[in-house]
Amino acid sequence: MREKLQAIREKAIEKIMSCDNLDKLNEIRVAYLGKKGELTGVLKGMKDVAAEDRPKVGAMVNETRAAIEEKLEEMKSVLAASEMEERLKKEVIDVTLPARRNAVGHSHPNTVALEEIERIFVGMGYEVVEGPEVEYDYYNFEALNIPANHPAKDEQDTFYINSDIVLRTQTSSTQVHEMEKGKIPIRMIAPGRVFRSDEVDATHSPSFHQVEGLVIDKNITFADLKGTLAVFARELFGEKTKVKFRPHHFPFTEPSAEMDVSCFKCGGKGCRFCKDSGWIEILGCGMVHPHVLEMSGIDPEKYTGFAFGIGLERIALLKYEIDDMRLLYENDIRFLNQF
Amino acid sequence: MNTALSWIKAYVPDLDCTAQEYTDAMTLTGTKVEGFECLDADIDKIIVGQIIRIEKHPDADKLVICQVDTGSETIQIVTGAPNVYEGMKVPVCLDGGRVAGGHDGSRTPGGIKIKKGKLRGIESCGMMCSIEELGSSKDFYPDAPEDGIYDMGPDAVTGSDAIEALGLHDVVFEYEITSNRVDCYSVLGIAREASATFRKKFIPPEVKETGNGENVNDMVSVEVKDTDLCTRYCARMVKNIKLAPSPAWMQRRLAASGIRPINNIVDITNYVMEEYGQPMHAYDYDMLAGHKIVVRRAADGEVFRTLDGQDRTLDSSMLMICDGEKAVGLAGIMGGENSKITDNVKTMLFEAACFDGTNIRLSSKKAGLRTDASGKFEKGLDPYNAEAAINRACQLVEELGAGEVVGGMVDVFPVKPQAKSLPFEPDKYNKLLGTNVSREDMLSYFERLGLDYDKDSDEIRIPSFRQDLLRTCDMAEEVARFFGYDKIPVTLPSGESTSGKLSFKLRVEELARQVAQYCGFSQSMNYSFESPKAFDKLLIPEDSGLRQAITIMNPLGQDFSIMKTQALNGMLSSLATNYNRKNKNVRLYEIGNIYIPKALPLTELPDERTRFTLGMYGEGDFFTMKGVVEEFFEKAGLKKRIIYNPDHKKPFLHPGRQADIVYDGQTVGYLGEVHPVVAGNYGINDRVYYADIDMPYIVELADFDKKYEGIAKFPASTRDISLVADKSVMIGTMEDAIIRRGGKLLESCSLFDIYEGEQVGEGKKSVAFSLVFRAKDRTLADTEINEIMDKILAELTKLGAVLRQ
Repeated sequence: MREKLQAIREKAIEKIMSCDNLDKLNEIRVAYLGKKGELTGVLKGMKDVAAEDRPKVGAMVNETRAAIEEKLEEMKSVLAASEMEERLKKEVIDVTLPARRNAVGHSHPNTVALEEIERIFVGMGYEVVEGPEVEYDYYNFEALNIPANHPAKDEQDTFYINSDIVLRTQTSSTQVHEMEKGKIPIRMIAPGRVFRSDEVDATHSPSFHQVEGLVIDKNITFADLKGTLAVFARELFGEKTKVKFRPHHFPFTEPSAEMDVSCFKCGGKGCRFCKDSGWIEILGCGMVHPHVLEMSGIDPEKYTGFAFGIGLERIALLKYEIDDMRLLYENDIRFLNQF
Repeated sequence: MNTALSWIKAYVPDLDCTAQEYTDAMTLTGTKVEGFECLDADIDKIIVGQIIRIEKHPDADKLVICQVDTGSETIQIVTGAPNVYEGMKVPVCLDGGRVAGGHDGSRTPGGIKIKKGKLRGIESCGMMCSIEELGSSKDFYPDAPEDGIYDMGPDAVTGSDAIEALGLHDVVFEYEITSNRVDCYSVLGIAREASATFRKKFIPPEVKETGNGENVNDMVSVEVKDTDLCTRYCARMVKNIKLAPSPAWMQRRLAASGIRPINNIVDITNYVMEEYGQPMHAYDYDMLAGHKIVVRRAADGEVFRTLDGQDRTLDSSMLMICDGEKAVGLAGIMGGENSKITDNVKTMLFEAACFDGTNIRLSSKKAGLRTDASGKFEKGLDPYNAEAAINRACQLVEELGAGEVVGGMVDVFPVKPQAKSLPFEPDKYNKLLGTNVSREDMLSYFERLGLDYDKDSDEIRIPSFRQDLLRTCDMAEEVARFFGYDKIPVTLPSGESTSGKLSFKLRVEELARQVAQYCGFSQSMNYSFESPKAFDKLLIPEDSGLRQAITIMNPLGQDFSIMKTQALNGMLSSLATNYNRKNKNVRLYEIGNIYIPKALPLTELPDERTRFTLGMYGEGDFFTMKGVVEEFFEKAGLKKRIIYNPDHKKPFLHPGRQADIVYDGQTVGYLGEVHPVVAGNYGINDRVYYADIDMPYIVELADFDKKYEGIAKFPASTRDISLVADKSVMIGTMEDAIIRRGGKLLESCSLFDIYEGEQVGEGKKSVAFSLVFRAKDRTLADTEINEIMDKILAELTKLGAVLRQ
């Protein structure tokens, strides 16, 4: 018996050692250890073994089985490794072949710029709201301290629907709507479309966008206006951006200012971009005029506020170096795909 | 407004700064300098020389050889100028100097260097200059010859600096004056600001009493009928007029302001207009019938010839200056041809009036005539300035010897505005500005601006020329300007914190943008106004409600004349742009408003409906578009089944390829293939697909709240059914039936095959659905599913769809 088991063991190991793939290895397992396998056959023959010898023979069979199994496992990992190696060799690809991309669409540059602006102000606690584009003369002019026959009405080249209704020339009209709601404090920005009767050319469009800002609360100061817009400028144009406030005049703010930022192209040294001045005019702003507060039912003795208006296209053109405003309304995908 | 620095310095003599320093400082105190031009930037080493001797050039007919005394030596200069004579004093550019350009008026940036050289073999050691070569023109120097060397005149000092003598060591500044600072549309106003900015003394001209022993009130009468439009009328008279060119200093200053010198009288009126900001007018006294001035409104339809020779038709809103019989001037805008000053004038009436600014602006617009005078009047002038200006003009007449000023002044000034004062409120100024400026500093700023402090009443007296100072905030701005905007601290608002967020509508729009972009659509933007021709291009019938569009009263031409009532025209125009430029597979979307009037003509604001529209050509079809719509609805939390209703016939869409999008019983948009004729109207020879979603509905229904439902634990059972039905039975209808009868246990129903052909017979189609059933709490038994399947098949049979054998 011992000799027989020895022979099975040697034969099996020899076969295992010369096996060269996993399928054949499995065949070997079946041939020896399977239900009809040789070793199993030996076990089946146990009934012919004398009862007192059975434990001994049994132990020998198990030993043989363990030895074969061990070899099988050993060989299996060797073969698996070499087959994996083989496969990986075959699967080499040329990684420099062109990429397959999902044709994802693009935002309009105005939107890209607006989202940056919104992100900055939302982070400072501002709510983003909207107002009507076709607007009552009252909201666009009168409630903003621009009464009938005020020269500013002419300056803004207003599109009229009739004597009471206009296409809004400024998002400032949204200020009035917000103030009339009577909920203070107000911290809002209002992006939107505005209209002025300018002929279309590289720097003008009869329809463009502004972003209005308004803060009303107790103890709001001009210093707060400066601080807020300085944060905005640094966030939008970079940490090193400097700001300059120049006195200006708007009917609905007093004191009023225009804000310049240090040229983000040349850093303020002077270049073609900033017309050698080192500064680029970005927005108009000021402390909300007390009469504007009064007209909207806010007590100027109790509350003060500041407002500002940003030309969205101006930001987009400057930031993305777009040299012709008409591109913004042509919608050529070769242009849009760059944003 | 343009002004020479030399003129400002006449009133702020201690002003000493470079042009750039002046620009920066003035801009920071609110008088914005747009730019400046140094008149001597391109000229150098130019002196006054005197021609001693002129000889012919031996080899050139048109050239002469001049010996020129430069004060220190005599040099030889060859010239081709026709107007030289012996004894003439001329500007000479010496060897190594620069001139600004050619004698034809062309300019060379940086100037042209002049060197010794030979002209046709004869040495020439410099250049005698025309006024153009000095960078100026005959407009500035009316005495310059048409063609030739500028004649400096016998009084010029040989050897002296000709640039200085010509007044060209000067800088002309261009200002942008804000509309509230009417006083700064004058040299004196700017000088006052310069004095305050640089803390230098302001010395305005001293106006002395003028006039002979006569009284103008005995010689002319003035009647103002419309005192609402003419708040003050001052008149003075000048006799024995001696017309002559005005002196060089006056000509220079006017020319630098862009005004061409004419003669002493005209120049004086213009000079005073610039200096005081008060327009003046001069009438020929002998042409005034009855020696009378009447200020009245024009009659409707009255025709008047202004001094430019144009006939103007007037109406009763416009103000006229008349004499005893006829109109002689369009008030504040332009005088009449019938009373204009000619070279024969002997006696003249000066007018300095104050008209209603708005009225002048509207009249000037109506007449289509905007003049320097109307530009000033329309800002609303200070009536007290009129008197100062007319007296200044008379003083200049005497100083220039232009005539004999008659004593007295006719003054119609019925309502004299009260002197204004504002309380001095340093704490309020500081509170508004966020500053801590001392009381004393504030008072020093005010003093420099001519705003006097009255200690007794603790008030600031506001001079009449500062019409813009009305309340606390205006005074705070004066403090801010001279404390320095740059010195105001930088803080952030304190107080109650607020939460930053997008409005819900904007959140939904943001989602729409994201979905569109994930699906390959890029964002387009189109104008809100368009041409009414769009309706024809879109095959929209004459009686369609879509044609009820809001019309703009004053559009930029017909192409931009109506507010759009649909977004398709804009989308197709943008797609067409791409198609024409051979861009392939174009997908665009837009989120923008259409404007639906509640009634026409408009009496209240229209309904501005935001539309989310998608358009495409190239790869993809109707069902690609449908996929985008469903993706958006799902992401917006609209989980119910969308119904596509093909019944509504939109004329601009393919009749067999369009559907309304119905959600929860409400039509919320539509999609379809654009009618090939319409696509053709836009020049697109390809299938175009379009979807249009009415965002107000979506905003109302959208829900970003999400709840997790447990992942199914029990197995599903799938049943596939194959049906035969008439071709006309729509898949959607069959799906409806299956879903309705499938009940809660039907998890999904999906179409997996559709076939038309011989095997199912003429007019029929075979359709296969895969139905998945599942319960949350148990494994379903076959009998349960069979029961449901029976109900579904019974419902399908009602539609004429039977199981395929």
